[in-house]
Amino acid sequence: MSSAVEVVSTKPEQQSSQWALWLRQVSAIFRLEIQKNFLGRRAILIYLIALLPLFPLLVLAVVRPPGNEWKDFNTYGMIYAILYNGLILRTVVFFGSAWIFMNLFRGELVDRSLHYYFLSAVRREVLVVGKYVSGLVTSIVLFTSTTVISMLLLYLPHFYSQSSRYFTEGRGLSQILTYAGITMLACVGYGAFFLFVGLFIRNPIIPAVLLYGWEWLNFLLPPLLKKISVIHYLNSLVPVPISEGPFAVVADPTPAWIAIPSMLLVTVVVLVLAAYRIRHMEIRYGSD
Amino acid sequence: MSSADQLIIFDNVSKFYGEILGVNRVNLQIAPGITSLVGPNGAGKSTLMNLMTGLLRPTRGAITILGIPTDQPERLFRKVGYCTQFDSFPRGMTGREFLNAFLLVHGYDRKRANELSQVALERVNLVEAADRKVAGYSKGMRQRIRLAQSIAHEPSVLILDEPLNGLDPMVRAETMALFRKLASEGLHLIISSHILHEVDMMSDRVVLINNGYIVAEGNIHGVRDEMEEHPMQILIRCDQPAKLASYVFAQNHVVEARLHDDRGGLFVKTRDADRFYLLLNRAIAEGELNVESVAPVDDDMSAVYQYLIGTTGGSA
Repeated sequence: MSSAVEVVSTKPEQQSSQWALWLRQVSAIFRLEIQKNFLGRRAILIYLIALLPLFPLLVLAVVRPPGNEWKDFNTYGMIYAILYNGLILRTVVFFGSAWIFMNLFRGELVDRSLHYYFLSAVRREVLVVGKYVSGLVTSIVLFTSTTVISMLLLYLPHFYSQSSRYFTEGRGLSQILTYAGITMLACVGYGAFFLFVGLFIRNPIIPAVLLYGWEWLNFLLPPLLKKISVIHYLNSLVPVPISEGPFAVVADPTPAWIAIPSMLLVTVVVLVLAAYRIRHMEIRYGSD
Repeated sequence: MSSADQLIIFDNVSKFYGEILGVNRVNLQIAPGITSLVGPNGAGKSTLMNLMTGLLRPTRGAITILGIPTDQPERLFRKVGYCTQFDSFPRGMTGREFLNAFLLVHGYDRKRANELSQVALERVNLVEAADRKVAGYSKGMRQRIRLAQSIAHEPSVLILDEPLNGLDPMVRAETMALFRKLASEGLHLIISSHILHEVDMMSDRVVLINNGYIVAEGNIHGVRDEMEEHPMQILIRCDQPAKLASYVFAQNHVVEARLHDDRGGLFVKTRDADRFYLLLNRAIAEGELNVESVAPVDDDMSAVYQYLIGTTGGSA
């Protein structure tokens, strides 16, 4: 064991501002986490979830189903809206975000490696930000890709030239960007919720299923209760509204200028609560 | 700088896990040097260490490390390094990547993190294995990389939970030498151990803990001296043990004198070792006997542990 090594005492740049330090720390946490999110063993399930809508669309690309609606280019907007709402938004983005964000802290408790962060000279609020941003980037990259590729995969195989014009000259581009934006917003909102839940509850599947049920039953809720959900605000933004069925309680969609800032504000509040929680958190792996 | 800025202070600290006692009413002031926490499994050693590092919060009382409260990790871990007993690591990393990653989280730039990692790896003698995956390390190597991680950012206080576990004898000796060197550089080292002879060898002071209570603290010999209900045992090897026995029996602080089985020495139990040594010196000076050696038999960690905690502790 060497004891002859000359140790030059250096601490992180004392002169640099706190913000510069926090930025460096967020960046270090982000790099560690993003690697885990994309390449860790838990990433396999995320890839499967993200690919979920592509399997039926690949089949549809090869075999066009019978029925006139599949031959009419104009109905594809509605077909995609149904696919997006039912499969991508409510299933892929919801469960994908649940898995990614809950594992940011819960996964480390299970792996018994969270203490390395807690034993670093980093504010725990900074840790929350670093982990949240890594989860956000992961979910946005995967699920906006799913959103965009799904749309292209639906349109292009059967109406190639018409679709090319639609996406380059027509409304297609704005629609695809809107859907991508809604997916990003969903990742922002669901992500904060699931990160928060993962800090409190040992088995986060239960609150995830409860929220899933609440979001699915949203169409039955009175207008006031509809607003206590993520899906209401997201549905308010979709370019092609879909019918929620004969039993739905109709409520006016929330305008984008309210829906988007509201979701961002709620996200910030949830992250502040998560930061407060992590600031006071103990590590007792045995009981986690 | 006030004295609180140089000490680790436990002020009436208690920790309960629900209704289960972790530690109770701990009042301690720990100065620089090597302090060993000694006690049987479940005594509360790791709880004390986790409280010191903010991984646990006290139910009552307060702890400061060099004047810093333990609920401010961003300040605390500029000064403190903690080598835990948790034998787990972030997946897929080499030893060097592991050290680098958390130095970057501390806020060091990449170049400085690389330098500090290299120094830490050299100090724990793990340079050759540094670029191998931690998952492939032996238990001793994992212990050493954890140790490297705790010293990499050059802390002033080093808290080590059973740091010698899993190390082979050679590395054990090297690691103890490293601890002594760090202590001589002015660091606080708080070490938990159940290997009593190692505690004896390296500690400046000990804290004995049992069932969540501090049983004794201080210099080992000082602690031993204060245990009046257990007279000190001394073995004197000399040419006339019987004569010495008759001589010491006259002293009221001597409670027992027994000839050694080989008739070449005398065991004495005394309530006042200092007075006994004076008496012995006088006898030697007067030429009444030739003394080959004088050795306290129970003035060590094992004896103190046995008297206070009631078991024989652990061995290597």
